[in-house]
Amino acid sequence: MSNPTYTVIFYLFAAITVCSAAFVVFTRNVIYSAFSLLFTFFGAAALYVFLSADFIAVTQVVVYVGGILVLLLFGVMFTNSIMKVQKSEVINIIPGTLLLVGMIGAMLYTFYTTHGWMPSETLLQGSIVERIGFETMSRYVLPFEMVSILLLAALIGAAFLARFDKSSK
Amino acid sequence: MTEQLTTIGLNHYLTISAFLLGFGLFAVITRKNAIVVLMGVELILNAANINFLAFSKFNGGMEGVMFALFVIVIAAAEAAIALAIVINIYKIFKSVDVSSIDSLKE
Repeated sequence: MSNPTYTVIFYLFAAITVCSAAFVVFTRNVIYSAFSLLFTFFGAAALYVFLSADFIAVTQVVVYVGGILVLLLFGVMFTNSIMKVQKSEVINIIPGTLLLVGMIGAMLYTFYTTHGWMPSETLLQGSIVERIGFETMSRYVLPFEMVSILLLAALIGAAFLARFDKSSK
Repeated sequence: MTEQLTTIGLNHYLTISAFLLGFGLFAVITRKNAIVVLMGVELILNAANINFLAFSKFNGGMEGVMFALFVIVIAAAEAAIALAIVINIYKIFKSVDVSSIDSLKE
């Protein structure tokens, strides 16, 4: 774990994730936010690989980058004209900044002043794809089926809500 | 101190997650564009996922991994529904400004 290459790559991906997340929040242009979110999702996927959750990393890339980000870009393009640069206005800047600084400060203070973490002797190692398959079909089979019904209902609902309504025109 | 910096432990992941949560909450509170608010929600969900996977890794169990998988599925459903609602709001109000949608107010 204290391999220097490993550490350097970890810090690189951590910096990519945090800096692009900051850019998502602090830039005023909606298109720039959407594209910066791409780097945040890729950085988070790389961190999932460091946490030996390779399957979750692949799912993150497929679902977030391939699905949610494309949906968000479609949302931006539906609701703004692409030629005029859309600035998103800012409200509640004082309470927002106070909450941002206060929350991050309080959490970091707690993490670095308490030494209460006791990691288990058996960390997750190697690939977990096979273990995810076992867990899905044994302990988590009911949530798995429920989430499939939820997805179906959500997709039908989204298609119903967003469809072009002729009678209202 | 240097040993703490070079050995990647639980605190490193929790720090990244804290930053993502703070930025996401900041976007949700301060932005008027509904789509940027949605991006903030996605940042918060990613922060939760990093926490789940970090605790799962250092605990050695599979609970956090399964929970992270379900979080991703539900985030996809949430994004689809939310975008559909935003597009409907744009059709009715001709804007996606969350503070201009106040027709339930007296």
